[in-house]
Amino acid sequence: MGTAVGAAVAGVVVNRILTARRRNLWPMSTVTQDGRRPRWHVVTVNRPPEEVAPGGRLPEPLAKLGDQVEVQVNRAVGDRGTALAARLRHEPTGVVGTAARVAGTDPRQQVRLALRESKMLLETGEILQPDKPGTVKHTITGKPLDLAISRARGEGRL
Amino acid sequence: MRALCWEGVNELAVEEVPDPQLQNKQDMIIKVKLSATCGSDLHLVDGYIPAMRAGDVIGHEFLGEVVETGPEVRKHRVGDRVVVCSVIACGRCWFCEQGLFSCCDNGNTNPGIPEMMWGQSPAGIFGYSHAMGGFKGSHAEYVRVPYADRGAFTVPDGVDDATALFASDAAPTGYMGADLGEVKAGDVVAVWGAGGVGQMAAQSAMLKGAARVIVIDRFDYRLDMAAHHLGVETLNYEETDIDGELRERSDGRGPDVCIEAVGMEAHTPNPVAYRWEQLKQQTRVLELDRPHALRQAIMVCRKGGMVYVLGVFAGWIDKFPMGALMNKGLTMRSAQQHGERYIPMLLERMSRGEFKTAHLMTHPMPLSEGARGYDLFKHKKDGCVRAVFYPDGDGRVTRG
Ligand SMILES: NC(=O)c1ccc[n+]([C@@H]2O[C@H](COP(=O)([O-])OP(=O)(O)OC[C@H]3O[C@@H](n4cnc5c(N)ncnc54)[C@H](O)[C@@H]3O)[C@@H](O)[C@H]2O)c1
Ligand SMILES: [Zn+2]
Ligand SMILES: [Zn+2]
Repeated sequence: MGTAVGAAVAGVVVNRILTARRRNLWPMSTVTQDGRRPRWHVVTVNRPPEEVAPGGRLPEPLAKLGDQVEVQVNRAVGDRGTALAARLRHEPTGVVGTAARVAGTDPRQQVRLALRESKMLLETGEILQPDKPGTVKHTITGKPLDLAISRARGEGRL
Repeated sequence: MRALCWEGVNELAVEEVPDPQLQNKQDMIIKVKLSATCGSDLHLVDGYIPAMRAGDVIGHEFLGEVVETGPEVRKHRVGDRVVVCSVIACGRCWFCEQGLFSCCDNGNTNPGIPEMMWGQSPAGIFGYSHAMGGFKGSHAEYVRVPYADRGAFTVPDGVDDATALFASDAAPTGYMGADLGEVKAGDVVAVWGAGGVGQMAAQSAMLKGAARVIVIDRFDYRLDMAAHHLGVETLNYEETDIDGELRERSDGRGPDVCIEAVGMEAHTPNPVAYRWEQLKQQTRVLELDRPHALRQAIMVCRKGGMVYVLGVFAGWIDKFPMGALMNKGLTMRSAQQHGERYIPMLLERMSRGEFKTAHLMTHPMPLSEGARGYDLFKHKKDGCVRAVFYPDGDGRVTRG
């Protein structure tokens, strides 16, 4: 119980993997609480840490984000696999952030997408694709929903 | 191919749509033989489930034949007769491993929409809005089935189509109500709603050993059907006082388990109160769901009892009797159905003649009559319990 504890990651390679007997120190929360840094986005992956980041290599969708994000790979609370967490080094804020969100260029959307896709790959072996073509009828009233659908894989509370 | 599409509130039409394609290695394509209407569809038709787009193919309870398999499908072969769970789940995430298939983390391709509505994203569902993944439904000639080894089940030879069809949705939903509602031998169980779901819940409660199972509705043809096919007791709430009857029939305690199989468009017997509930729902702000049956279930349930909500709700409700729930020590549970957990067992029971479903198919009809089928089903006309569509030109419906 509780071997691989924290791995702070820059870009593609897990730089250091710490080991400890007990995880009484949740490595993410201490930094988040300063209220100034972007928050961590976390998914629980139902696989052991050795499979999530074998030899320190991150799952492909996260690795692709490179230096934009810090990544942590921890044994999940309650031994439920692995907590895979990512945090942007810089997040757009205010009007710029909102505009990026609508335009689909918000890096937070890419982080959520990368985490979700990593989890799917690790748990099921592939990334579930939506039915294609999606909407075939484009109407004026359907526009807001079309926009929401096109962002739905990278949006949410994750 | 031809498919029945949602075109707007109360607007359905059969249209030409693109054929489905394999999108993932674990997918397969099914040629649909039978596809049933479900009470859940009425919430879409009536416009209470958000995130529907004109042209969306609806339908989620279906049976058919495998016509194409992805390279990683192991369990099924072209030509297999399969019934498919309405819920799309991966079978390998933590939730699936707990048997909470409708809470699957990987079955919904649009998780951002439900996360904003409900905090977390449940699994995908065929033909059930873009909040549930935007997957095309089964009221069509063909349908793509993701995670095919997990969600599709070969129908045993001895089980006819009309029986196996309901292993997709109504039967496992009802079974879940009795199972997770923790019905025990000797219990008094009350079920609100005598539709397909309520009837299956009532049957499941009997199988779990309930001493009395009482089904409540206002349509006598549905109540008679439940009494005739399943041997349960019935109550017409327009003709009797439900609270008083249930107390009497449970020796003054109230039912041990109350199963709500009505959902967000419940009818309220008092016409003024009914109109008021409808008005509140129309505002979308005061309440999104009409909960009359749920309130009643909470009020009559015995102390320390269980209320299991099978009926679909989408948003929020007004006048939820929290005081009754809290002070009587009730447990309330709910879920979209965890079908993958029950379907193999149900097919097994069906093959032994222990689980009856075929009587629900009151109106088999060609897909081209889809809109008429929904009209009969929605307005409870002509003794309709479930209209079931088969592709045009294919009139072979086998019934036991
Ligand atoms: N949890 C799930 O996974 C799941 C699966 C399938 C269906 N459902 C839901 O179950 C519900 C029932 O589905 P169905 O296919 O049986 O629908 P249905 O429309 O055939 O039946 C609903 C029945 O409820 C009755 N009813 C309405 N108001 C009532 C009241 N106040 N008291 C008692 N009965 C009342 C109606 O007269 C009708 O007979 C729907 O909300 C549907 O969305 C849930
Ligand atoms: Zn259904
Ligand atoms: Zn899953």
